[in-house]
Amino acid sequence: MPPDVHIKGIREGLLVSFDDGQWPELEVALINEIERQNDFLQGAKLILDVAQHEIGAADLGKLRDKFSDRGLSLWAILSTSEATRRTAQTLGFATRIHNIEGDGDLTEVSSEIEGSDATLIQRTLRSGSNLEHPGHVTVIGDVNPGAQIIAGGNVVVWGRLRGLVHAGAEGDEAAVVCALDLSPTQLRIAGYIAIPPEQRGEPKPEIAYVQDGKVLAEPWETVTHPSAQPV
Amino acid sequence: MAGQVITITSGKGGVGKTTATANIGAALAGLGHKVVCIDADIGLRNLDVVLGLENRIVYDLVDVVEGRCKLRQAMIRDKRLETLFLIPAAQTRDKNAISPSDMQRVCDELRVDYDYIIVDSPAGIERGFRNAIAPADQVIVVTNPEVSAVRDADRIIGIVEAEEKGPAQLVINRINMDMVNKGDMLAAADVLELLAVDLIGIVPEDQAVLVSTNRGSPIAMDKKSKTGQAFRDIAERVTGKDVPFAPQDGENGFFGRISKLIRAGSN
Repeated sequence: MPPDVHIKGIREGLLVSFDDGQWPELEVALINEIERQNDFLQGAKLILDVAQHEIGAADLGKLRDKFSDRGLSLWAILSTSEATRRTAQTLGFATRIHNIEGDGDLTEVSSEIEGSDATLIQRTLRSGSNLEHPGHVTVIGDVNPGAQIIAGGNVVVWGRLRGLVHAGAEGDEAAVVCALDLSPTQLRIAGYIAIPPEQRGEPKPEIAYVQDGKVLAEPWETVTHPSAQPV
Repeated sequence: MAGQVITITSGKGGVGKTTATANIGAALAGLGHKVVCIDADIGLRNLDVVLGLENRIVYDLVDVVEGRCKLRQAMIRDKRLETLFLIPAAQTRDKNAISPSDMQRVCDELRVDYDYIIVDSPAGIERGFRNAIAPADQVIVVTNPEVSAVRDADRIIGIVEAEEKGPAQLVINRINMDMVNKGDMLAAADVLELLAVDLIGIVPEDQAVLVSTNRGSPIAMDKKSKTGQAFRDIAERVTGKDVPFAPQDGENGFFGRISKLIRAGSN
């Protein structure tokens, strides 16, 4: 195997990572490696760790075609570059997989959430977008039906929330979901799943949280949830 | 000026992509532009049938791409309109027979001599769809006032944005004003509220479209048809003209209305 491409079997598929190098050359090295081991790799699901490299939508699309031409399916892109992750999410790739070695156990993640990592998305998430983030998620824009947000922490949507949302996905029952119009297809907090009533009145800002083993949603003006109280 | 490539797509099947391609193509040719329609639905070709040109096919798009004929030889001139041409799809092959770069090459060659190249995309978001949008300068998304079609249109618009093909434009096909007024159908305003893109046309539901499709004669050529007028308006907007939307039936007009279907029952 050339020194710059590493292919490792993990539970979710084959994890591909690279040594240092420039992106177009690494891609060529990867395709060569795949062609060399083609019989062995047939039908595999690939997870591509592109580290810091920035890859545009057109190139990611082409890469997906190259893999599918060779009987492999690319389903996840891991990257430390925010731009690459967003592109991958828009194209419908997963950008986070669970249980990667060294990822830490679940309780550890949830205990770090307070005041930590958050991401801000300033666009509308359309059907098919999949946003996964270990911390909090804020969206300025709509979340359309067919889009999903999975966050370790809270989810705040400055817009209409109509897709699927999972807050506290790592098990944090104190997580909340807020939106100007809270009409998700399905709302999950930690291990609880709620399906909002179909007939709704005029849209108003609401917050959803878990209390006594139930998911509750209430208008923002009358919030009683502790996270919204002045300290 | 180099010709413009416009891809017509939808995500969901059966919403009227091929009908829209044939009619917008015919209407543009009717305005005197030189137009080529390309059927990119390899394996499930229909555009030739809708244009009534099926019996004239000798070569197709795959023959061009694989070098069995020259581009000119695969171009079929329309029976009625001098400046309208069709490049048919192959019926016996599948989407993998051509690649996005093949489409790009074919369209670049056509750009030199033609004003508009209209690509009819297959349904779905797989290879065939990617072939169809690869050469696009402009993407027109066709949808129906139906929840599943709107959902798929949303996905397509997201992909078109991600691939940096500029903001997509929307055609809402098969609006039935009687049903909208009764609250049984999504109104144009409901569709636009969700999709948040520019509207380029609203086409009423009309059985005459079915008849014209079966006859192989696009309804846009029928000067008396209201539906034909809707397609001719779209063609004018494609050329950059500011054509006002025709007032629809119903008292308030569709733009003033707010979602009746979604919130019916709560008010």
